[in-house]
Amino acid sequence: MAQIITRVKQKQIAELIAKEKRLDGRDLPDYREMKIEQGIIERAEGSARILLGKTEVVVGIKIETGEPFPDTPNEGVLTVNAELTPIASPAFEPGPPGEESIEIARIVDRGIRESRAIDTEKLVIEPGKKVFIVFVDVYVLNHDGNLIDASALAAMAALLNTKMANYEIKEGEIKIKPGYEKLPIKRHPITVTVAKIGNKLVVDPLLEEEQVMDARISMAIDEDAHICAIQKGGSGYFEPNEVLEAAKMAETKAKEIRKKLNW
Amino acid sequence: MNDKPEKLIDKKGLRLDGRKSDELRPVKLEVGVISNADGSAYIEQGKNKILAAVYGPREVHPKHLALQDRTVLKCRYHMAPFSVQERKSPAPSRREIELSKVIRESLEPAVFTEYYPRTMVDVFIEVLQADGGTRCASITAAALALADSGIPMRDLVVACAAGKVENTIVLDLMDTEDKVGSADVPVALMPNLNAVTLLQMDGILSREEFETAVNMALEGCKKIYAIQKEALKTKYMNISEEIKEEAEE
Repeated sequence: MAQIITRVKQKQIAELIAKEKRLDGRDLPDYREMKIEQGIIERAEGSARILLGKTEVVVGIKIETGEPFPDTPNEGVLTVNAELTPIASPAFEPGPPGEESIEIARIVDRGIRESRAIDTEKLVIEPGKKVFIVFVDVYVLNHDGNLIDASALAAMAALLNTKMANYEIKEGEIKIKPGYEKLPIKRHPITVTVAKIGNKLVVDPLLEEEQVMDARISMAIDEDAHICAIQKGGSGYFEPNEVLEAAKMAETKAKEIRKKLNW
Repeated sequence: MNDKPEKLIDKKGLRLDGRKSDELRPVKLEVGVISNADGSAYIEQGKNKILAAVYGPREVHPKHLALQDRTVLKCRYHMAPFSVQERKSPAPSRREIELSKVIRESLEPAVFTEYYPRTMVDVFIEVLQADGGTRCASITAAALALADSGIPMRDLVVACAAGKVENTIVLDLMDTEDKVGSADVPVALMPNLNAVTLLQMDGILSREEFETAVNMALEGCKKIYAIQKEALKTKYMNISEEIKEEAEE
């Protein structure tokens, strides 16, 4: 179900942005205030909550053992799922994941996977037979725009907070030993979403801005300022020079966030 | 199973199938291939074989999805179970659901959706054989099918990917290059409006490499666009010739 936004509001947002101003007083390339808390769910192996303005996302990490994929016998498995809980917005309904939540999950997945954030080779118990599977579950609790960046940041924060049980193998059986080990993390991708409204580019769009935007581009940037994943969304278009401008914005913003989070 | 080739690019700079870095695979396009559909197209690009068909504008189903100010554009990208090396379950995968969404969003800017309120237009894409770059080939075919259906459009949409293989930016990755290569950047373009309607990437690229890849993909799009236009013309040239022949008889 699409949410309705009044014409007056649409016009107001468009006029403000044309004057390089925004509903909440931010400049076009500014993020909202960001708060990240780690380890909020004790039952999960790792967890984090992010507040990005009024957008709230919790990510929980569970780790289980299972079989590796046949084409990557020497690597652990990463699985990302996203739930747009009906708590989070009048537009979300219970039921199997729709295309919006599948897209969010796949963007978060691609950022982590393509940047090689997790050292999956260290998650192998018995090559080709038994590996650790890392389940990343993104739980959207309040939707006020930019779920992609909030989910990707919370997922990374949760992975950084993840502890794995120590184990040893005795007669082919896995025995859990006391103590914990950190999940091996190699890289820290940061996903930045740039929205196009009129002929202006803004970062971290509010829900109301998303409702009037032409299109968005999300880019995952690693610590070497390399781009590791991109997704364009929305039923509008970017001109080629806007794509390159968005890439520059994403690089700058990712650097700022990285500094703030110390990743 | 696929064996990993040792080298994707040889000493002469040629790729596995003998192409240069900025060379497309052979593209064959045909319009009006499904007689039941309101519009349809078939594309072969390398070993890709993909059908696209358009039904509509027609009544919205389910009814509550109808929009009062424009048509609902629906898109289903689907791979046949026999289209890949290991049988793919016919149930839609998460990848197919995501691709259906991005393909729809790549076509929507080109369609005058406001001309047909309270209706829907279905775009069905069936990948009969996959050889890397199916989403791009699907967009190229689907845009032709839309045009063939007679729905007014601002422009055609044409798509092509570029990527990175062994430190070289290359155009139009085939299956092995896509799997073994280090980055893939699919791009869709409305050529006359110079508007990018699809952009994705996976892999790792510096911003300079990304820029090179996007530009290379855009050049590829323009080359395919020429073939696309020709395919559209051919169908109607054939029809006018048939009419002429009939008149002569």
